[in-house]
Amino acid sequence: MTATAWDPSQPILEINNLSISFFTRLREIPAVMDFSCTVMAGEAMGLVGESGCGKSTVALAVMRDLGKNGRIVGGSIKFKGRDLTNMNEEELRHIRGSEIAMIYQEPMASLNPAMKIGAQLAEVPMIHEGMSKDDAWTLARQIVADVRLPDPDRILKSYPHQLSGGQQQRIVIAMALMSKPALLILDEPTTALDVTVEAGIVDLVKDLGEKYGTSMLFISHNLGLVLDVCDRLCVMYSGEAVETGAVADVFDRMQHPYTQALFRSIPLPGADKNSRPLISIPGNFPLPHERPNGCNFGPRCSYFTAGLCDKADVPMVDIGGHDRHGSRCLRVDQIDWAAPPPAKAAIEKGEIGPVVLRMEDVRKYYEVSSGMFGGGAKKVVKANETLTFEAREGETLAIVGESGCGKSTFAKVLMGLETATSGKIMLYDRDIQSTPIEKRDTGTVSGVQMVFQNPFDTLNPSMTVGRQIIRALEIFGQGANDQERSARMLELLDLVKLPRAFADRMPRQLSGGQKQRVGIARAFAGGAKIVVADEPVSALDVSVQAAVTDLLMEIQRKNKTTLLFISHDLSIVRYLADRVMVMYLGHVVELGTTDQVFSPPYHPYTEALLSAVPIADTRVKRKRIVLEGDIPSAMNPPPGCPFQTRCRWKSHVAGGLCEKEMPPMRTLAGGHQIKCHLSDADFAGMEPVIQIAAE
Amino acid sequence: MLKFLGRRIFMMLISAICITFVVFFLTNLAPNLEKVAKSEAGSRISDEEVASWLEKNGYTQPLLKRYGEWLGVAPGWTWSDENGVTTGRCIAPGSDPVTTPRYCGILQGNWGNSNVFKSPVSTVIGKRLSVTGVLMFWVMVTMVPISLLIGVMAGMREGSRTDRALSSFSIASTATPEYVSGVIMIVIFASSVTGLKWFKGTSASDVSDITFQNFFLPVATIALYGIGYIARMTRASMTEVMTAQYIRTARLKGVSFRNVVLKHALRNALIAPFTVIMLQFPWLLNGVVIVETLFNCKGFGWTLVQAAGNNDIQLLLGCSVIAVLVVLVTQLISDIGYVFLNPRIRIS
Repeated sequence: MTATAWDPSQPILEINNLSISFFTRLREIPAVMDFSCTVMAGEAMGLVGESGCGKSTVALAVMRDLGKNGRIVGGSIKFKGRDLTNMNEEELRHIRGSEIAMIYQEPMASLNPAMKIGAQLAEVPMIHEGMSKDDAWTLARQIVADVRLPDPDRILKSYPHQLSGGQQQRIVIAMALMSKPALLILDEPTTALDVTVEAGIVDLVKDLGEKYGTSMLFISHNLGLVLDVCDRLCVMYSGEAVETGAVADVFDRMQHPYTQALFRSIPLPGADKNSRPLISIPGNFPLPHERPNGCNFGPRCSYFTAGLCDKADVPMVDIGGHDRHGSRCLRVDQIDWAAPPPAKAAIEKGEIGPVVLRMEDVRKYYEVSSGMFGGGAKKVVKANETLTFEAREGETLAIVGESGCGKSTFAKVLMGLETATSGKIMLYDRDIQSTPIEKRDTGTVSGVQMVFQNPFDTLNPSMTVGRQIIRALEIFGQGANDQERSARMLELLDLVKLPRAFADRMPRQLSGGQKQRVGIARAFAGGAKIVVADEPVSALDVSVQAAVTDLLMEIQRKNKTTLLFISHDLSIVRYLADRVMVMYLGHVVELGTTDQVFSPPYHPYTEALLSAVPIADTRVKRKRIVLEGDIPSAMNPPPGCPFQTRCRWKSHVAGGLCEKEMPPMRTLAGGHQIKCHLSDADFAGMEPVIQIAAE
Repeated sequence: MLKFLGRRIFMMLISAICITFVVFFLTNLAPNLEKVAKSEAGSRISDEEVASWLEKNGYTQPLLKRYGEWLGVAPGWTWSDENGVTTGRCIAPGSDPVTTPRYCGILQGNWGNSNVFKSPVSTVIGKRLSVTGVLMFWVMVTMVPISLLIGVMAGMREGSRTDRALSSFSIASTATPEYVSGVIMIVIFASSVTGLKWFKGTSASDVSDITFQNFFLPVATIALYGIGYIARMTRASMTEVMTAQYIRTARLKGVSFRNVVLKHALRNALIAPFTVIMLQFPWLLNGVVIVETLFNCKGFGWTLVQAAGNNDIQLLLGCSVIAVLVVLVTQLISDIGYVFLNPRIRIS
């Protein structure tokens, strides 16, 4: 170790005018331009931006791991005063893992599947400190206990695939902490995890940062998370840092149009689909080789001034009076930042009509047999239990829950991809429960359609956009001939606000948001009455999410469609849902209007879920309720109430009733249903999880 | 594990029975039997004589019954002629029909007699198999380490000069059929054209006389072909593993390149080629025909060709039993080995 004298009052990491390019055979593609930032000891710095803005590239440049095609073409990265850009492999190897460590987005992919956890952890001190194998394993055991994993000895001896996603991420964190690094780089560490698990990981990272005094570079697209974790942040757009400063300054006194537009496009508490709709950012993210002259955000900016913003590269300017606050905007001084957004006309609330879909006591069990020839004990996975609800015409019903709660199974049963084990699904007056999709008539099939989560996989890559929509029209028996169908297809493109020229394009030529619009057009091709939207915007960037959500709402109002909106993102659910259904382990634990569900009394699970969602608003005070442990397996659910293993209210119910008996569905005031044993007094005493401080 | 093994062995037996039955059916088609009769009882016999010969020798019984006899689960046929002399499947000429066992088939160790070699099938196969076995052993010993080495070296730095050189070599070696590379090697190393004469171009000699000189060229010819194939598979698997995220994790942990390859990548990269290597055994067993002919090495492949060419039903059946067993056993080993390489697969 070359522990050169380093003054702790100096920055740990100092990036100056860093430029990174990727070289292809055709051209040089600049990925990051003129990026500067400083991380002091013990400070947590957030890097925020949409996908493709270059935030991960910066992180990999700090690790000097840009691959064969990537190269640092300018600037310097100083770590503890030493320039990383001109170090050789040997010197880098001593720094990687020992002084700078990294935590990755996908924990499963980041752990070696063929090595035991213990060996992967122990390797770090063995390489860097020459520790003996036994000492390294002892240290590994201690660190595993530090990241709050139960039964460290068993975990050390297991392989990565034997752990849950949250446990894997804790192991990746433990691995990064093995040699007490001075700088920790976290690249979207919780994106692949459920919200309640995410909350636990975020708490852990914050505590460990304080405990070991580690500096952090926290990369995320989630502004709420950055508010929770970081002291300072840097907003990136298309390869440039556009605004940087202390979290409080950037959140409350933003000085760049992109930052402002970003905040206006995310659903914060108070936004409402009718009275205060979101403002989406117009246009598309520029591709790296199609960046405009001058300001990269220019073409999408509402303050754009021709002749000024599109002339030359925009430098970063300091904002006077703030703590190291900078913005890359030429019109900082001319824009009135406190002005409210141009009021978007409030939209009339859509009318809610008669009941179109009713589910009564629907259950879906899967039989899983172990053994090759179907021998061995049969196990029953109860994916859905006693699902009872109704949905009305023109209504948005959100179905909320974490992975494994049975929301996708529910969608499959409704679509007819699976048939329910028992119960009734009434579409208007017909029972469609036992009719699989192959046997449903065209009217039913086109009347119940789906918008899928991942627009990248659900379009046929070798068919033009127009052809795919026409294909759907053919299947749904729409239009008498090809002319009519292609006319209808163009109308559908209009409906989803895509240019008609897109009909001849291939899916690969479209951006994520545009593909999702095609998916929506296809779902509405047969005049769908009920559309199941399975996380339709979660794969999209923040600025595009608002536009796609608005589009869905608009089509819904026009067609009086019933929208079943499956999501884990409570912010967006609060923004657009009329009613919310919360699911846990196959059970509906709470059902009510959005206001009822988002304010007390809560089901204990809803309470935890609400407190786990990070909100990008400094005025919001949240109560922290971190759930212990993982979601139990549906194969082996706990006896009694499904949530009892993680419930913090369990002690309020006398006689261990929660462990013995399945609570009944109780109907509270206003038709609000909660499946819980808690007494009315307990419910009345619940405090709201989210409070907005008075302005 | 034991349960798994038991189940697999049971499955193996079922497939062995199915496959041998197919072979039995095909070799016992009427024209084949006629040929057998003519070669045994004289080529100029009339159709009636053929029919009576077939009847006397138990060939007219139902197919399943005869398959059962061959397998040893049905009693062997007997035939008493007008003189009261009893012949039968299990009655050796000159022995007493009363004392002979009723069952005699594969299960009892009676593999029948080879028409071509005029000796019991088990002796013929045993002798020939040992020649091929030695050949296979040395091929495996040279081929597997070399090809894995080439594949790993090529795959660990995709697109590098080493990669391109080694890949070209493996493509070239796979693209050259054995009869081409064999001839070239004979010309270079064993003929007077170059005058090197380091090795012998023929290995007709007995099993007892296996020397480096005799066996080098056939081993090299087979191995060369296989090396390219396995190396390509290993390279593909290695390049994929080297771009995996956990390799980046290891690299950014500060693990040296050497250890990234040896400790982190190798085990994961060997999973795919392992199956291919195990599949080489059956391929070697039957695919050595060309090389054995080329080098005049009288092994299993050569025997198989002889049996097929001369309509030697018993020998052909014997060979297929061996082939089926080798295929099934190597696949069993491959499945078990898989579990050790890949911890994500657990036998339950």
